[in-house]
Amino acid sequence: MNIIITIVVTALAVLYAGLFKAKKALLPLTLLGLLISLTFAVTSWNSDTVYYGMMQMDNFALAFSSLTILGTIFIFLLTQNYFSKNGENIAEYYTLILFALSGIIIMVSYTNMSMLFIGIEIMSVALYILAGIRKNNFASNEASLKYFLMGAFSTGFLLFGITLVYGATGSFSLHAINQYLIGNYQAVSPLFYPGVILIMVGLCFKIGAAPFHFWTPDVYEGAPSLITAFMSTVVKTAGFAAFLRLFAGTFAPLHDFWMPPLMAIVCITLFIGNVTALFQKNFKRMLAYSSISHAGYLLFSLITLTASSANNVMVYAAAYTFASIIAFAVLILVKQKTGHDNFESFNGLGKRNPLVALALTIAMLSLAGIPLTAGFIGKYLMFLNVMHDYQIYLVAFAILNALVGFYYYLRVIVAMYFKEGAEIALETPVQYKVVLILSVIITVFLGVYPTVILNLI
Amino acid sequence: MEQLLILLIFLPVVGALVTAFSGNAAKNVALAFAVASLALTAVLAGQFIPDASTQFAVNLPWIQDLGISFHAGIDGISLITVLLTNVLVPIIILASYQHNYKSPAGFFALILFMQAGLLVVFTAMDAFLFYIGWEAALIPIYFICAIWGGKDRIKVNMKFFVYTIAGSLFMLLGIIYLYLQNPAHNFDIQAFYQLHLDPVQQGWIFWSFFIAFAIKMPIFPFHTWQPDTYTEAPAAGTMLLSGIMLKMGIYGVIRWLLPIVPAGVQNWGNTAIVLSIIGIVYASLIAFKQKDAKRLVAYSSIAHVGLISAGIFALNIQGLQGAMIQMLSHGINVIGLFFVLDIIFSRVKTNTIAELGGVAKSAPKLAIAFLIIVLGTVALPGTNGFVGEFMLLIGIYQYNIWAVVFAGLTVIFGAVYMFRMYQNIMLGKTNELTVGFADIKGSEQVVLFIICALIIVLGVYPKPILHLSEASVQQLLEQVNQKLTSVK
Repeated sequence: MNIIITIVVTALAVLYAGLFKAKKALLPLTLLGLLISLTFAVTSWNSDTVYYGMMQMDNFALAFSSLTILGTIFIFLLTQNYFSKNGENIAEYYTLILFALSGIIIMVSYTNMSMLFIGIEIMSVALYILAGIRKNNFASNEASLKYFLMGAFSTGFLLFGITLVYGATGSFSLHAINQYLIGNYQAVSPLFYPGVILIMVGLCFKIGAAPFHFWTPDVYEGAPSLITAFMSTVVKTAGFAAFLRLFAGTFAPLHDFWMPPLMAIVCITLFIGNVTALFQKNFKRMLAYSSISHAGYLLFSLITLTASSANNVMVYAAAYTFASIIAFAVLILVKQKTGHDNFESFNGLGKRNPLVALALTIAMLSLAGIPLTAGFIGKYLMFLNVMHDYQIYLVAFAILNALVGFYYYLRVIVAMYFKEGAEIALETPVQYKVVLILSVIITVFLGVYPTVILNLI
Repeated sequence: MEQLLILLIFLPVVGALVTAFSGNAAKNVALAFAVASLALTAVLAGQFIPDASTQFAVNLPWIQDLGISFHAGIDGISLITVLLTNVLVPIIILASYQHNYKSPAGFFALILFMQAGLLVVFTAMDAFLFYIGWEAALIPIYFICAIWGGKDRIKVNMKFFVYTIAGSLFMLLGIIYLYLQNPAHNFDIQAFYQLHLDPVQQGWIFWSFFIAFAIKMPIFPFHTWQPDTYTEAPAAGTMLLSGIMLKMGIYGVIRWLLPIVPAGVQNWGNTAIVLSIIGIVYASLIAFKQKDAKRLVAYSSIAHVGLISAGIFALNIQGLQGAMIQMLSHGINVIGLFFVLDIIFSRVKTNTIAELGGVAKSAPKLAIAFLIIVLGTVALPGTNGFVGEFMLLIGIYQYNIWAVVFAGLTVIFGAVYMFRMYQNIMLGKTNELTVGFADIKGSEQVVLFIICALIIVLGVYPKPILHLSEASVQQLLEQVNQKLTSVK
């Protein structure tokens, strides 16, 4: 609870600091607040506190809180010179991101359906504004509108599903619902089944799984890159945590019922994400489609429920988050210098910017899942997870998709190292260097010695 | 003792890091590290007791929760491949001295990184570690070929990369399957040897591994990446690929495929032999028609590897021992061939056979060295190629007489296209291109001398090498036969 309070207080403090034009204090203040909340998250490890049956700060929640807070800190470090170019209202950006984060903390720790809804709404409303924060930019406005319409739509599904589940069980509490399922395993109310499916659809919208993904590419492309980075890493992680809490925990007894449709979603997501990413000419759009395919891999953890399902998602999400942050950081740097974000603008980057190019290479290798990077461990755990049920065809299908993935992730490496280009030298601020180096260290460390986070949850 | 192996594996890693920051002195630094590795290998080979046991074993916990440990060791089979790697890498580095590659630090660092990956593959006693080494060797060679290669390098290497990684991902699937079957839930090779899978399962595992190895070697019909990649790669890249990297596939078959899924090998080995022999004939015929010498050697390599693979799947001591010594010989010979072609290319900027001729007149030393290497390649008695090919053919003969008839074609065909290439390049009339051809000197002389010396020494007295691996190969065969009878 103190995590959420800290974040919200920080958000308000930043808003006030903005009111008094204390521009220089905004970033330090934000980072301080986030560091404090991160400390709270780490120190309350193993405490497992329940708040009035509404939220539970168990290790699952704390691990995902820490990951999302850390990701947010990295993204804030990248705000150097970024927002100030986009207008005057910097304090609002900061505040909105922090509010979204507070919603995310609720999403990873809810034990009651109403809290799930509240968390998603707090996060989403902030994100609708953030996507459209460039008031005079057409694409940004388009992104915001699309995100809002689709988001509202999906919330409708979610609410309808929650209602049906409530109708069947008479409770919003995850514990009570779970008990109901165990107790009435043979005679689950017919209301319950459509409820589960509708909730699944609503959550699939949020995590951008196909066929509910149509908003993702446009929103990711149109929103400011830093917001896209936030959406595709921190927000996505939160979405999965929420998904997992509900389906791997509460709805686990009905696994046989909801697994087949989920399996179909996984296959479609992998296929659409990878194949469309292949044809993108724009790096940012490619990342958007690749994030869809990663949603597919992440859902593997729900196909076969094992004791380590949650932890596998944690590992994969961590790998994906830090690699994506590198990718977006470099994207921002390149776009600032060249004005474009297509693959051609990366041509010849390796010659003049060894650090940036190396970081991006490692990030791409990690996203593609090459051994000795965190991404490989993540993919490996996912494959291992479904292999427990001997879903060999699914893994073979995923492997074919991973192959397609290699192809498009290598394209940017090919551009940076193998193609001749303008040999621009990027201006890399210190914060960017810090973020790049730290993310690379985390990516490689988790790839070489993942033991530290394998038994976290 | 166990520190020795850790040192052996990590010395190239340290070397690579140092080389990466050594600027223009990179080639000397890299050579120093490669020679140090070679010296260490010599020490190791000196202490090696040629019995069937796994020596210098290291078994450190790594990712315990997943049953993964850093388990490596050296038996006779590993030792041959480790020798191969650590003898050839310094030669390859020295052979690159004549080039002025752009950003040499990166180039030589990547070679050493690759060496580390190869050593992991050849010593791993843990399937996961094996897989890590397998991929870790691929990434550096991909960059070497794609950064420093010819003009079609990007497209060609993308094909190479996707091809090989496709194979290895299916191998990973097989490894995970074995891991789940293993009651101890680890990746230890001994535990994998103990598994009793039914023949159908073994068949699936066989293919998941075999495709990865077949792509690497390459065996027909998985070879289509190879000629282009060899041709477009920089000389050092071609040498690494053909001299050492393809041995990963052969080693994989011997170490992982035969003992783990013997029933799979028994059921599908015929198919593998047939594919290998088709590859021999097919690649030889194509080699006849090649206009470019580098492509010719690339195709000849497919033919030679086909013979090795057929010998292995014949599953007898001659075939396997022949494969062991031929791995070493083929590595040395093919590196020699590519090096000579690289020397020629660097002088006259072409490897097209028809444009060359009469080089021997102005470069007698090169002519002699080239001749020795060609003789080794066509397996003339007294050269290293003879020992291996002879044993392989005996092995295949015991398997099936028709197989050996077709497999034996490789020797005849090889002699024809190799000598024809030699004749057209070195002999005949000098033309305006080759008239002022400068003979070999400096580092080129050293490299060719070492290669020729190895060809002759191994040809005349192969016994020490054969002796190193004999006990291990024997044990492996016993293990396979024992497991086969126990299934029945």
